[in-house]
Amino acid sequence: MKRILSGNEAIARGVWEAGVRVAAAYPGTPSTEILEELSLAPGVYCEWSTNEKVAVDVAAGAAMAGRRALATMKHVGVNVAADSLFYTSYTGAEAGLVIVSADDPAMHSSQNEQDNRRYAAFMRIPCLDPSDSQECKDFAVAAFELSERFDTPVMLRTTTRINHSSTPVELGERTEIEPERKKFPRDSAKYVMVPANARARHPVVEERLRRITDWADSCPLNRIEWRDRQLGIITAGVAYQYAREVFPQASVLKLGLVHPLPATLIRELAAGVERLIVLEELDPVIEEGVRLMGIACEGKSIFPLMGELDPTVVRAVAAHAGLPVDHAPVAVPAVPKPALPARPPVLCPGCSHRGVFQLLNKKKVAVSGDIGCYTLAFLPPLSALHFCGCMGASIAVAHGAAQSGLQERMVAVIGDSTFYHTGLPALANVAYNKANILTIILDNRTTAMTGHQANPGTGQTLQRQATDAIPLEPLVWALGIRHVATVDSYDLASTARALKELMATNEPAVMIARHACALLPEMRKQYVPLDVMEEKCTGCGICFRIGCPAILKADEVDAKSGKPLALIDRDLCTGCEICAQLCPHDAITFRDQVRMREEGGGEACTLPTLGRS
Amino acid sequence: MDRATNFVLVGVGGQGTLLASNILADIGLAAGLDVKKSEVHGMSQRGGSVVSHVRWHPEAVHSPLVGLGEADILLSFEKLEALRFVEFLKVGGTAVVNETAIVPITVSAGTGVYPRDGELDAALAAVSAHVVKVPGERLAQEAGNVKAANVVLLGAVSRLLPLPEHVWLQCLEQRVPKKFLELNRTAFASGRAVVGA
Repeated sequence: MKRILSGNEAIARGVWEAGVRVAAAYPGTPSTEILEELSLAPGVYCEWSTNEKVAVDVAAGAAMAGRRALATMKHVGVNVAADSLFYTSYTGAEAGLVIVSADDPAMHSSQNEQDNRRYAAFMRIPCLDPSDSQECKDFAVAAFELSERFDTPVMLRTTTRINHSSTPVELGERTEIEPERKKFPRDSAKYVMVPANARARHPVVEERLRRITDWADSCPLNRIEWRDRQLGIITAGVAYQYAREVFPQASVLKLGLVHPLPATLIRELAAGVERLIVLEELDPVIEEGVRLMGIACEGKSIFPLMGELDPTVVRAVAAHAGLPVDHAPVAVPAVPKPALPARPPVLCPGCSHRGVFQLLNKKKVAVSGDIGCYTLAFLPPLSALHFCGCMGASIAVAHGAAQSGLQERMVAVIGDSTFYHTGLPALANVAYNKANILTIILDNRTTAMTGHQANPGTGQTLQRQATDAIPLEPLVWALGIRHVATVDSYDLASTARALKELMATNEPAVMIARHACALLPEMRKQYVPLDVMEEKCTGCGICFRIGCPAILKADEVDAKSGKPLALIDRDLCTGCEICAQLCPHDAITFRDQVRMREEGGGEACTLPTLGRS
Repeated sequence: MDRATNFVLVGVGGQGTLLASNILADIGLAAGLDVKKSEVHGMSQRGGSVVSHVRWHPEAVHSPLVGLGEADILLSFEKLEALRFVEFLKVGGTAVVNETAIVPITVSAGTGVYPRDGELDAALAAVSAHVVKVPGERLAQEAGNVKAANVVLLGAVSRLLPLPEHVWLQCLEQRVPKKFLELNRTAFASGRAVVGA
């Protein structure tokens, strides 16, 4: 019986079938669902670690202890984890250790494009690159076998299009492996990487890579599909699917193992075809390898270096290069189209970050941002975020700018999960070196951007176990920061007051702006949609400038100004009251007014403005 | 069912395109076809445009993505998104368009203008004469819940394909919670009725 699984579901299934015992990750698109799925399966300890480096250390510890272990992350998570990954290449382990790197060509949800097959080569470890969900599952199993056979960590590298595509998968059974080891190994020559030991391990690593290279030619994950000899294609990952789609007649060397490369198979294909091309997404990794063997081929001279491939792109550039394609590029008729309004992702209705950014925008301060939903506050109309680099960078970038002698007090904003990820050492640095900045921790009680995962502040683990939430206030206090305020980020007046006070000092300060994400299930139960009182609205437009998707322009206009009145979409409004607090004409109802009206307790529009209690 | 079929589903994050594309993939598999489905999660869910690709083939689907001009059926949950992604529609293919407008924030912010119905009609007409407009939200509301608009749309799509109705209903049954099954059956039937007998 086949089931349709996403690549991520299939990887989870594969590592489970392989008898994995420990799995760790930090959420990151497109990798997140692997651990979410695996955490529901019996017999596996799964955790959200505080960051990717920690996740790799956790998996490495379990593998050294003799249990098959997994760490998963998005491509840029590998940057965070790289320090740990490099030592695992030298130490190896006592049981299989597999790292999933989910790359994001086209940067659907990322700050940069990078091809992590490069990391595998850099670290001298094997890299598997599946082409559909069945291979995701099969390669996950194979990765553990390969890891143990050669005593090496193995990278299972995917791309967004593999992680988030779904294809039929034949399921297997779990191989339960009873761990023999009761104690951590005492093998300092292998596991204590001081210079003397590491020098002895490096030749072992190089020799291991040579043995894997020899094996690559007989690796069952690599195969030549002989068809017409006019064109030969070396390809891997999702690009294999585009090769089969666009060049159905071509002979193909389909690589499952993309590092190291199988020299004999490559030579065999090259010798058997008239024209040899390499079709791969992002970097010319295979192409460079083929050229190093002294074999002529074409690759990036035809296909794009950046972004995702797709059949349309591949067919167009291939036809242009005179390659035999399945059919001419489809002529898309000229469509008469007006300029279309963009539909960018936005802060949701009821987003607990909106009020803070409205105030920051009003104060015109420079804001160093971080990775999370709140990054969207850089967009108009809030336009209140002026830097975003990578996870945890907000605080130290503001710190560096401040220490350089800026004439303005900078603000760093960082979400709760991102703060625990890599913000914490940066804030310790602020406290230690006394930077003149305000750090705002936007604590919405969850890891919202990636789909509401638990984190060290939520009091719950990935596998739904209750745990102690790490409280931010005593943590910040313990660092030695003495200007600390906690506010309800739905309460604009208090937030503004705290912001004013904390901006007035010249010392490190922290504001914890707390309100749970409006999309959390317990918050969804508390929605009270608000209304605009038409007779009070003047169409002044102040509520349009907070970028709330629930506030629309009405067809009705104000008699005096001729400007459109505000209208609240009751299906979208959660009743956060940010707009109601900002409205200078008291034209938007507060929740209490809505409730009183619904209970028949009087005419809402005749009540004085209630404000927040 | 012996022919390859490409679907492109477009809409706005939160409209239920995911459930619809899951059901389409299930249907293909139930009909004995090879199936692939692709979508992108993450940022796009925060109220942005969303696109899913579903492909059926009697032998083997290779690419998970449908090429431009190669969608037999463009299923749009929202009018502006139909216009945005009209280039996916095959010449002579069928566009199924939900008659719903979700005005993007850029329009309230004053940096964009929502297109008129006539502009949408003209763009679709340039690619194909086969356009099915579905009052998805109204029919879903009549069936008992406005959120079932995605199932109304699937009902409309089901009339365009040579598969027995019971295959659709079985897959629907597996994907929706039991207590909403009757509602969804009604929604599905009303969508089918839009395309006619």
